[in-house]
Amino acid sequence: MYNVLEVENLCKSYLNKRALQGANLTLEQGKILGLLGPNGSGKTTFLKIAAGILHPSSGKLLIDGQKPGVYTKSIVSYLPDTEYLFKWMKIKDAIQYFKDFYSDFDEKKAFTLLEFMKLDANSGVKSLSKGMKEKLKLTLVLSRKAKLYILDEPLGGVDPTAREKILDAIINNFSENSSMIITTHLVNDIERIFDEVAFISDGEIVLQGNAEELRSKKNKSIDELYREVFQ
Amino acid sequence: MDLEFDDKLPIYLQIMDHIKMDIATEKLKANDKLPSVREMATILKVNPNTLQRAYQELERLGIVYTQRGMGTFVGERKHMIDDLKQEMAKEVIDSFILRMKRLGFTEEEIIASISKNITEVNKHV
Repeated sequence: MYNVLEVENLCKSYLNKRALQGANLTLEQGKILGLLGPNGSGKTTFLKIAAGILHPSSGKLLIDGQKPGVYTKSIVSYLPDTEYLFKWMKIKDAIQYFKDFYSDFDEKKAFTLLEFMKLDANSGVKSLSKGMKEKLKLTLVLSRKAKLYILDEPLGGVDPTAREKILDAIINNFSENSSMIITTHLVNDIERIFDEVAFISDGEIVLQGNAEELRSKKNKSIDELYREVFQ
Repeated sequence: MDLEFDDKLPIYLQIMDHIKMDIATEKLKANDKLPSVREMATILKVNPNTLQRAYQELERLGIVYTQRGMGTFVGERKHMIDDLKQEMAKEVIDSFILRMKRLGFTEEEIIASISKNITEVNKHV
């Protein structure tokens, strides 16, 4: 098995604030990793470095053996936890926008997913509820044929039924040739789709392991472990 | 399929137990096709790799077999249903005895309490 992601001693400081202090992590092809930690633990900083948006202060992060740059951006599909779609757009414009931007974007898949999510291509982005926006963002991100998907809080602020839809979409569209990192603090809802989990606290990975092995070793759910680590 | 998971235990073991149960109670019969890994993963909302692992373990135990390109099927080994029943019964009884002992019951008391309760349970079933 080869590692899609290799991270060694990764540090990132914002002026005098240290967001990441020596994070280490590896992720194999075909695996889904849950990156779990409370607000301000460094999750988003970590993902932004992997997505090529931020530069690390020191340390190493390699995706498919390469430093973040033009190549890695072409194989990483990133769902940020912020708004990035223009308000004037209709859903079909957003799809066109992604199609223009990414050569690995599969338009057919996007429309299939839209239907699955029960979204109308003619709706305006501005008119969408939070849950619908989250579904649209996920549709766009999953319609790329990427090697690494990075989903930052895909379930944030979404009601339970929409959450189920989103989970279904993730499971249905995940391929064994790709890998995925998902951050969340709603561990309970999503822990069954993780192969691996990594707990991040104050910019350090404090525990990483196979989810099933952790369950049998500690006789606890990942959610309970999370509460234990971050109590 | 309705399957409530206990997230404290490895998910693949629970899936294996569920399938074993369906075979033991003959909901699944010899040579029945199991849902594909992907289908089952979607229904149960678990990682496809977890399902893969459950199927692989069941195959290793000779409970199911795979045919390339066709899918996974329930095995037709002789006595499999009886073996599975025995195995599951043993688990239930072992954990029962262990818990009774922890409560301080002696062996005679455990047997006595079973004889006493079995008639009462019979009334309700």
